[in-house]
Amino acid sequence: MSVAAPTQLSHLRALESESIHVMREVAAEFERPVLLFSGGKDSILLLRLAEKAFRPAPFPFPLMHIDTGHNFPEVIEFRDRRVAEIGERLIVASVQDSIDSGRVAEETGPRASRNRLQTVTLLDAISEHRFDAAFGGARRDEERSRAKERVFSFRDDFGQWDPKSQRPELWNLYNGRIRRGENVRVFPLSNWTELDVWEYIHRERLEVPSIYFAHDREVFERDGMLYPWREDTELIDGEKVFTDTVRFRTVGDMTCTGSVRSQAATLDEVVLEIAATRLTERGETRADDRVSEAAMEDRKKAGYF
Amino acid sequence: MTLDLLRLTTAGSVDDGKSTLIGRLLYDTEQVLDDQLASVAEASERRGGEGTLDLALLTDGLRAEREQGITIDVAYRYFATPRRRFIIADCPGHRQYTRNMVTGASTADLAVVLIDARRGVLEQSKRHAFISSLLGIPKLVVAINKMDLVDYSKDRFEELVEEFEGFAVKLGGVGEISYIPISALHGDNVVENSERLSWFSGGSLLDLLEKVEVAYDHPYDRPARFPVQWVIRPASGENGVDYRGYAGQLASGALRRGDEVTVLPGGARTRIAAIDTYDGELEEAIAPMSLSLRLEDELDVSRGEMICRPEGAPTVGRELVADVCWMAEEPLRAGGRYLIKHTSRGATAVVDEIQDLVDVQTLERTGPPAELALNDIGRVRLRTSSPLVFDPYTSNRRTGSFILIDETNNGTVAAGMIATAA
Repeated sequence: MSVAAPTQLSHLRALESESIHVMREVAAEFERPVLLFSGGKDSILLLRLAEKAFRPAPFPFPLMHIDTGHNFPEVIEFRDRRVAEIGERLIVASVQDSIDSGRVAEETGPRASRNRLQTVTLLDAISEHRFDAAFGGARRDEERSRAKERVFSFRDDFGQWDPKSQRPELWNLYNGRIRRGENVRVFPLSNWTELDVWEYIHRERLEVPSIYFAHDREVFERDGMLYPWREDTELIDGEKVFTDTVRFRTVGDMTCTGSVRSQAATLDEVVLEIAATRLTERGETRADDRVSEAAMEDRKKAGYF
Repeated sequence: MTLDLLRLTTAGSVDDGKSTLIGRLLYDTEQVLDDQLASVAEASERRGGEGTLDLALLTDGLRAEREQGITIDVAYRYFATPRRRFIIADCPGHRQYTRNMVTGASTADLAVVLIDARRGVLEQSKRHAFISSLLGIPKLVVAINKMDLVDYSKDRFEELVEEFEGFAVKLGGVGEISYIPISALHGDNVVENSERLSWFSGGSLLDLLEKVEVAYDHPYDRPARFPVQWVIRPASGENGVDYRGYAGQLASGALRRGDEVTVLPGGARTRIAAIDTYDGELEEAIAPMSLSLRLEDELDVSRGEMICRPEGAPTVGRELVADVCWMAEEPLRAGGRYLIKHTSRGATAVVDEIQDLVDVQTLERTGPPAELALNDIGRVRLRTSSPLVFDPYTSNRRTGSFILIDETNNGTVAAGMIATAA
């Protein structure tokens, strides 16, 4: 089949091409890359871009999921199905294992979350498998400290990010030189916005987990957000569980990912809803970013995704 | 969606109103969402803003920047209008951040140079204009800001245009320059035309950003350059195919199936058997598409080689003259040895000679200097351990650019723009 070429690329084509270029550079310049796959929309997009970059050959890296043990069952089911479809290898690193081996201590109380703990699991897995580059789906439009992050984001041998001494990143010439023990987080979607991601998923007809679409769910309201209720959720005085029609804009740990009231049940409707939204995705749905003005910056310095 | 993408760069300090301008562009195009607005309103108040919204705060990124009220690093901003998608590389403007300006300029199609209408054409604006021309940005927009503080005076605007024109003739290489009077603080002529600037008929800044042409001739009329990044070669028999595809991103021009090509630096000739993408084969590919090529003959092509059409082929050589912006604390001295990364090719490079140093104020080249210090720009002669396949930067930004890496600490120490073969 032949496709006629235009004289200029559309913005989605230009972004796609840039991301594929980044992925191939990593494959060529690193010895042990890995692609972080959570089953969320951004990592679904990463998988498609990897197919575009490397098929008909297998990916030159495995996939890895940091499983908090509090993930949405719908997402885990989707993750396993998608991985089987594309026939690549998935490594699952589990926060529960980090807790059981005493590497981290479980938080307690009604606001307990494993979101922070997964940084340790991630860093341990990177060093256990000796990964030197890890693809992540983070985007610069998500959050203000991410707006400053490089496509190749250098981490020292403690996994730390130092925002004040980042390497200059010029043209499309990436410097992937590291010492043993150091690693690079690579963000091929740096220049994509949330709307770009949904338009691309729509254009490529990519399947996403069902929780991205409107559904009835038992939720409770806390700090102005609608959290999914789980059997072991500890409610605070006065909080009530009720059923509402919601969807999720982001996929994270169930303990810190809020839902939004929505009737958007199809991809078309989700794209329209995102185009018209008046709130940022992290502001609307992520408790972990509400801790302080610099919450994400601080977690990233410690080695977070 | 048929939106295209415009990458622009701005540089300046808080005093120039650069952050206010970007904040204004985002705010007036309704890209600022309610929770971001609420946090800016809160921060404005904490800083004694008394109910006014300090739009500059929208662009603060790191904690240190918020604390000190400065911009340290390049930040990338995204906005879209119904006509176009924009990526802004938002750079600090002080001299010590020249390297950040160079970084932001390296990928830009357009630069917005800010001038404070009261203070005239200062060093910072000149430096940004010079870097924009050195980095080959095709389109320069000079935004004369703070027009509210000079009573929206047409005479003052024209005086500054004349002053800048006097400087710009020395820039050489710079494309078309547009001038536009604005007040970022009050929103005059940023997104909406302003009655207070009714004497100006050139439209608003956003108008210009939406309409400026960034695609030029048909890509097929420009020389095709395809640096090979990666060879796609499934294990023999896998998926029942014996496949060998040379993967990369077309750096410039266009390629068609059946084209005769040469593989450099070796010079072997063959034809393009197929242009593959995951979505199917193409008859023609244009820059900057990522794709993979199958060739008619079995050549052993590897990463770092360049596939081109034989006519108008690039230069192959081990000695070259280039302008570099030095980005490290440790200065560059003649005899220095570095890793060079050029297209998808790596080599060792030795700096044989530093030929001159550019005075960014006067645009005069002086020298030869003993060394290039952090943020200096000068011309050097380099020798590489293996041949590079290159074009002059002025005719091709992708195949004319390189970076130097210090092998002792792996830092990126220079941005280089090739002038000629030595």
